[in-house]
Amino acid sequence: MSKILEGLKYSESHEWVKAEGNIAWVGVSDFAQKEMGDITYVDLPEEGDDVLAGEEFGALESVKAASDLICPVSGTVVAVNAELEDTPEKVNEDAYAAWIIKVEMSDPSQADALMDAAAYKAFIGE
Amino acid sequence: MKYYDKLIFELSKEGRCGYSLPQNKFPASPEVPLQLRREAPLGLPEVSEPDVVRHYTNLSQMNFGVDTGFYPLGSCTMKYNPKINEEMAALQGFAGLHPLMHAGLVKGALKVYQEMNKALAAITGMYTFTLDPCAGAHGELTGLMIMRTYHMQRGDFKRTKVIVPDSAHGTNPASAAVCGLEVVEVKSLENGRIDVEALKPLLTDEVAGIMMTNPNTLGLFETEIKTIAKLVHEAGGLLYYDGANMNPLMGVVRPGDMGFDIMHLNLHKTFSTPHGGGGPGSGPVGVAKHLEDCIPDLRVSGFHGNFGVILRAYAYILSLGKDHLKKVGQYAVLSANYIKECLKDKYKLPIEGVCKHEFVFDGLIHDGAHDDVPGATTLDVAKRLLDYGFHAPTIYFPLLFHQALMIEPTETESKETLDAFIGVMRKIADEAAQDPMILHEAPHNTPISRPDETTAARNPILKYQDAQ
Amino acid sequence: MLDRIGVKKLEDLYSDVPAEFLKKGAYALPDAMSEQEIRDYFASLEAMNASLKVFVGQGAYDHYTPAVIPYLCSRSEFLTAYTPYQCEISQGTLRYIFEYQSMICALTGLDVSNASMYDGPTAAAEAMKMAIACTRKKTRVLLSKALLPHVIKVVETYAKFHGVEMGYLDASEGQTSLQALREELSRGDVAGVIVPSVNRYGIIEDHSGFADAIHAEKAILVEYCDPSALAVVKTPGEWGADIAVGDGQSLGLPLCYGGPYVGFMAVKKEHMRKMPGRIVGQTVDKEGRRVFVLTLQAREQHIKREKATSNICSNESLMALWVTIYLSLMGPEGLREVNRISSDGAHYLKAELLKTGKFDDVFPDKPFLKEFVLKPKAFPGLLQKRLEEAGFFAALDTEEGYVSFCVTEKRSKEETDRLVAIVKEG
Repeated sequence: MSKILEGLKYSESHEWVKAEGNIAWVGVSDFAQKEMGDITYVDLPEEGDDVLAGEEFGALESVKAASDLICPVSGTVVAVNAELEDTPEKVNEDAYAAWIIKVEMSDPSQADALMDAAAYKAFIGE
Repeated sequence: MKYYDKLIFELSKEGRCGYSLPQNKFPASPEVPLQLRREAPLGLPEVSEPDVVRHYTNLSQMNFGVDTGFYPLGSCTMKYNPKINEEMAALQGFAGLHPLMHAGLVKGALKVYQEMNKALAAITGMYTFTLDPCAGAHGELTGLMIMRTYHMQRGDFKRTKVIVPDSAHGTNPASAAVCGLEVVEVKSLENGRIDVEALKPLLTDEVAGIMMTNPNTLGLFETEIKTIAKLVHEAGGLLYYDGANMNPLMGVVRPGDMGFDIMHLNLHKTFSTPHGGGGPGSGPVGVAKHLEDCIPDLRVSGFHGNFGVILRAYAYILSLGKDHLKKVGQYAVLSANYIKECLKDKYKLPIEGVCKHEFVFDGLIHDGAHDDVPGATTLDVAKRLLDYGFHAPTIYFPLLFHQALMIEPTETESKETLDAFIGVMRKIADEAAQDPMILHEAPHNTPISRPDETTAARNPILKYQDAQ
Repeated sequence: MLDRIGVKKLEDLYSDVPAEFLKKGAYALPDAMSEQEIRDYFASLEAMNASLKVFVGQGAYDHYTPAVIPYLCSRSEFLTAYTPYQCEISQGTLRYIFEYQSMICALTGLDVSNASMYDGPTAAAEAMKMAIACTRKKTRVLLSKALLPHVIKVVETYAKFHGVEMGYLDASEGQTSLQALREELSRGDVAGVIVPSVNRYGIIEDHSGFADAIHAEKAILVEYCDPSALAVVKTPGEWGADIAVGDGQSLGLPLCYGGPYVGFMAVKKEHMRKMPGRIVGQTVDKEGRRVFVLTLQAREQHIKREKATSNICSNESLMALWVTIYLSLMGPEGLREVNRISSDGAHYLKAELLKTGKFDDVFPDKPFLKEFVLKPKAFPGLLQKRLEEAGFFAALDTEEGYVSFCVTEKRSKEETDRLVAIVKEG
């Protein structure tokens, strides 16, 4: 069983969003990190990059796989979790503590439209 | 024997060397000017000739080649490499030729190119070949460049998409991207073949062509090839043949006759040149007559391709001649089907029917999973095979199945070898059913056990200096 | 075997192939030859080639090959192995690739080397693509006109299809112009710049100020090198380059009419994840022993498919072994000695040729090693023919109307004097 946190929003590509006003923290769900296995590298965007909902903003890599990170909201990257560059295993250890980017959203209603915990739980079918 | 754990750098003793250079009889030339001179120490090992010979002999003994044992690596066509080919490629009259010598000085080499071109054309039904590409993926890229050139020469600039089946080798979409083409994926049917109905709507006037492997990566012949060729051609596209799987067709079917316009061959697969631990290979590209003019301006490698590999492949073609070449495909297919039939009660065969040179199992039928012990996976089977002295098949490819185990025996193995392999594969299946832990912990008898690949990727140590 | 499969004859194994595609009749090919017939036939082909003393380089150098190398490289455990996917039974291949990577890093002064590529020109083309990938959104790459002609041609071919715009840097003074570089950079949109360490005229280039100017525009500096010469000339690392590429052929590989050779690529650590090709890394096995594996594979085509930086899925592994053994045997002193003898021979030949009065010097003040160009005072066709008849391959025409010469440690003073005598006679 994967961990699903109440109060977060989830995308179909398994990213989570924690929105406060027009600021959103984005990471991947516990389900996603389990699917990937041991994560060996997190390909991060740069601060100041523009991101679009539904478009990739980076990637997770494991020994035998790579998976694009899809941004659930549009806006500008105001911070990246640089700690993940050297310690990608933090995503495996606690996917909800290991935020990946912080976005200043251009349209905060995009976050509202994502799945809540219950809907995501049903979506992954666990 | 003791585990050998040296790197050449660790044998270094200051002042030793392993060379013998002629005495310098020229007057001294000026030193390299100070501002252009290397300042950093050179950092190479200093070792004697016996040190070098022992070290690399020891390293070789930690390797497994086709000459060591059976190598049923799917999609790689690990057939035996005849030794006469090595002798021919090493002849000084070829090895000493400078690549910029004009035609009058290299008549023998050019004759090899011409005759090789003719032979490959006869075998494949294509019109002419370029022998410049150095590998299969390099051939794919060259072939796609030819495809784009054809459309551009006709003033048709909107054809920037290429259709690739979901079962394709990873190099197909990657080559397309390098060539500036957008990849459109077409799905496979339940029976592993291309879904013709799904293909139809994809064939727009933006499609440059389709890349196909036939037989495909499941080892299955694309029975609808005639319809596919007709549809693609009617839509103005070209058909590209990925020759990685040409071996079963040798002597039986020619890609040119099936309607393919462009193709590459892997001389290191079908034509028996040694894989060399990952190269050098050679990936000649053949075209139909109407594409002849698209080749000349393409310069994809430094000089004339891997001439040394071409020499080996030509010696192979001459050794077999027209009669024995005809048997290559049939015997390769015979071996594959024999193994498949002898193992399908122990391993899941997702698609029944006659295969070509290779086939894919989707893991064990009884993986031994019980209580808290997970079942044996394809990786476990592969590692256990190493214990029994066989190379592992290709695993986790194609991506259509989760536990893919892809077996290609080739035509050069005896029935006794195939039977021994079948016996071991059955034994491993029984071991898994009884106690999957034996497999989880395999290999037990190799020089090393399973490595920690996660740490290797998280904290890369990529040179000797990093490890110090 | 047929019974077990449940078919009657071999032909039945192709029952799924439409009958019209089944090849009828024999191939239009010769009959099979026995081993002895093959030997005789290849001997006849070999005899059609000229056997000449090579005094030309231009990207393929006739350096000496120690006897140990072909002997060890023909060991079938190396020769007949596949790519080292099953690391438990491929430690031999993985270890020598790790050694190769270490030596390429030592030669170039950069951080990370891949396991090798097809040849130097394709490695340069890969570096061009990598510069685009590293800089995002920029589409232009600058090439020095002093790069070897075949390098420029291959990079142009890749660029045309990959959608990369090329710019060119003047080198009419015998070395890539810093002034031209600054002007091109100021036009913007430059992702990378490829310059030769030792150029097509044999001249050792001075790249002072190049890295600063290029990095100020957030672009990538690629140095195309002759790895043998890196024993004595400033390294890409010392020039501040981001990527070094070149052909390992000069490290003892036979000329072999152009291949197989071995391209190398080394990069600064920050660009490691965008580097194409295989990479071997060190780790431990379950018992804690030092072992080697293919690593950082998530960059590669079999995982990333169309998103990979490159479509390359092999390396020139056996040639990388060849280079590794060469560098082990030569060591630092041997490689310096190779450069010393070659440079002494080339300087001697150039001086003697100028004394004949048949050539003008083109770049009299520029430093060079084993290779140089001269401007013939008369049409060189006749001279080249006479040299060939006397057993020399020398005075190769260049695009600029010069003739190119090269001397390696394999050329004796006697041979060199004989060549000069032929020139004098004409």
